[in-house]
Amino acid sequence: MNNSNEIAKVCMLAGKIMLECSAETYRVEDTMDRIARAYGVKNPQSYATPTGINFAIDRAEQANFMRIAKRTTDLYKIAEVNSISRRIAAGELTIQAAIDHLHQLDSHSFFYSKRLQVLAAALVSGCFTIMFGGIWADFIPALVAGGIGFIGLLAFERLVEIKFIAEFFASFIIGIIAVFFIQTGLGVELDKIIIGAVMPLVPGLHITNAVRDLMAGHLIAGVSKGVEALLTALAIGAGIAIVFAFV
Amino acid sequence: MTIVEQLITSFIAAAGFGIIFNAPKNALIQCGLVGMIGWILYFVLVQHDMDSVPATVFAAMLVAVLSHICARIYKTPIIIFSVSGIIPLVPGGMAYEAMRNFVENDYALALQFSAKVMLLAGGIAIGLMFSEVANQVIRKIGKKISQLRKIS
Repeated sequence: MNNSNEIAKVCMLAGKIMLECSAETYRVEDTMDRIARAYGVKNPQSYATPTGINFAIDRAEQANFMRIAKRTTDLYKIAEVNSISRRIAAGELTIQAAIDHLHQLDSHSFFYSKRLQVLAAALVSGCFTIMFGGIWADFIPALVAGGIGFIGLLAFERLVEIKFIAEFFASFIIGIIAVFFIQTGLGVELDKIIIGAVMPLVPGLHITNAVRDLMAGHLIAGVSKGVEALLTALAIGAGIAIVFAFV
Repeated sequence: MTIVEQLITSFIAAAGFGIIFNAPKNALIQCGLVGMIGWILYFVLVQHDMDSVPATVFAAMLVAVLSHICARIYKTPIIIFSVSGIIPLVPGGMAYEAMRNFVENDYALALQFSAKVMLLAGGIAIGLMFSEVANQVIRKIGKKISQLRKIS
């Protein structure tokens, strides 16, 4: 096969985009294998972990390696890569066209505007306060605390490289704001406000991914994602705990 | 009244998580619906004196089944729908209580809450796993049936 280099490129690019958007590892490997098979590779060998990809075009062939440095959550790109791989499997895209499509997807950031994200986080916080048995008087305090906490998360993520520190500071801010609302008499139940406001930070995606990877037999990927979720939960808890230590 | 309250808030919460996770625009409504139905099942079961662990298992199962159906219909990865559906079931409140009691030096109560958190997380896992297995079995049976038809 003379174009094996190009095929490897398409597969790894697709895998890289998916991993950077926190897709499940088994789905990443599955997608890479499907793309390779669609281009006529008989025995594609792919191995993905949350921090890197290995891909070889055949058994005992030289392997390509790619490092995944940064991971965010972006369901849109996961869905897009999925539809590109479907089109490849249907024979609609040539190798070059696939590379172009994937490059285009990789360079674009399709995120909803930051303002809309903050608004969503604020609404989520308020709603969770009600869902967890809070009263409507606490809706606005949770909304404000969750919104400002999420702004803090976005700001700190830009400042510091370590994600857990940003989450720690965000939950610290939430704790302070919630205590402030209680002290001024605007909020009623401290616990309910904090639980609601912290929800946008909760690592729900990592928990579900870790479980699904473990079930699919990807033990290393599953355990490492589970640890990531645990660390995030600890960071959130520690941020709140510090506020409690001073109240 | 509380049910209506819960319906509206859980829908907004699940759809809001779709925005935070940058779900495709045309999937937001479905995300919200999946989250809403899963949460309402959990809420009703707990209100009828079921323990929160089995209630979480059943709700997670329902979320996973609904996500599978949505993924089939809209030809998108299942993760897009299941994530925002699972998040209301994540024991964030319980984990918070555990942390708070650790800080306040009440270790007995804190451990009690921690154990519950682990059970609930396991419950979510079992719920997801069950529907996965059911999905595979149904697919395999479907294949067998179509093979048998071809032979006959």
